Amino acid sequence: MAVCVAVIAKENYPLYIRSVPTENELKFHYMVHTSLDVVDEKISAMGKALVDQRELYLGLLYPTEDYKVYGYVTNSRVKFVMVVDSSNTALRDNEIRSMFRKLHSSYTDVMCNPFYNPGDCIQSRAFDSMVTSMMIQVC
Amino acid sequence: MRARSAGRSLGAGGRRMADAVLFEFLHTEMVAELWAHDPDPGPGVHREQRHTRVPTATCSASASCPPGCGALCVRKGQNMSLSVLEGMGFRVGQALGERLSRETLAYREELDILKFLCKDLWMAVFQKQMDSLRTNHQGTYVLQDNSFPLLIRMASGLQYLEEAPKFLAFTCGLLRGTLCTLGVKSLVTASVAALPACKFQVVIQKS
Repeated sequence: MAVCVAVIAKENYPLYIRSVPTENELKFHYMVHTSLDVVDEKISAMGKALVDQRELYLGLLYPTEDYKVYGYVTNSRVKFVMVVDSSNTALRDNEIRSMFRKLHSSYTDVMCNPFYNPGDCIQSRAFDSMVTSMMIQVC
Repeated sequence: MRARSAGRSLGAGGRRMADAVLFEFLHTEMVAELWAHDPDPGPGVHREQRHTRVPTATCSASASCPPGCGALCVRKGQNMSLSVLEGMGFRVGQALGERLSRETLAYREELDILKFLCKDLWMAVFQKQMDSLRTNHQGTYVLQDNSFPLLIRMASGLQYLEEAPKFLAFTCGLLRGTLCTLGVKSLVTASVAALPACKFQVVIQKS
């Protein structure tokens, strides 16, 4: 279960950012922002590597003592960043991958919506409810 | 679109679905509708008047055009239609670029992206692959389709050659939109030498 989910456009501005309501939400925004550097590094490393397999899932970007940050980049250079709680050790790599796949598929649906202009903030309720299902239930 | 391409590749027990032709009909209607908004009486009559710059009866009927500007007005209207069609193709291309590249691995270079256009995009939209892709390795690519599905029902040879370009505007936009989603700014033009073969020229804009 994620604590914060963000969709960043190709030009590195946020299209969608949502975090669990806590006292200091800004720290999640800051973490997502700093993780963009790591994402860019990984993307350029992928470009230079001679490996045939180039994955969209970037894996763990960087761990802090409380949280872990995972990244995923699409072929259209849209980045998904997810922050999860470190204490939740039951969360495995496969689950994170499937969460990113769901995010990618919902993002594709948003893109195909004729009422959505590419580059705008995502306001789709369907996308919202999909993200809600991924986030920790905090009352 | 997802289910369509998957179903076709599995063969579906030899049954052919009619969904491919729906897009062709829609496209024909789009071109007809957008063209109809201009004062254009018809291909035969219109062509002579365009070349000799004689004011057309239809144009002077509309209040906004002074008499004598018939030819110019029609041409401007046609350019608008072409850019509207291209714009529609662009938005569709953006969405398709996102959807079709979902399952593939990350692209390493420009040529991979062009190959994706020729194979995956063309297969999804026109149920066939592009016939040839040529490049000068300096950012210009020529994609050739020897039997373009949107032109194949029109003629086979030189008949209706003047009418063909407006049927290619949407597809030019489609290519440009898909390239835009994949991060490549480009300029796409199309040319027809003899129906139903056509060439799309993609020039990558270096920013």
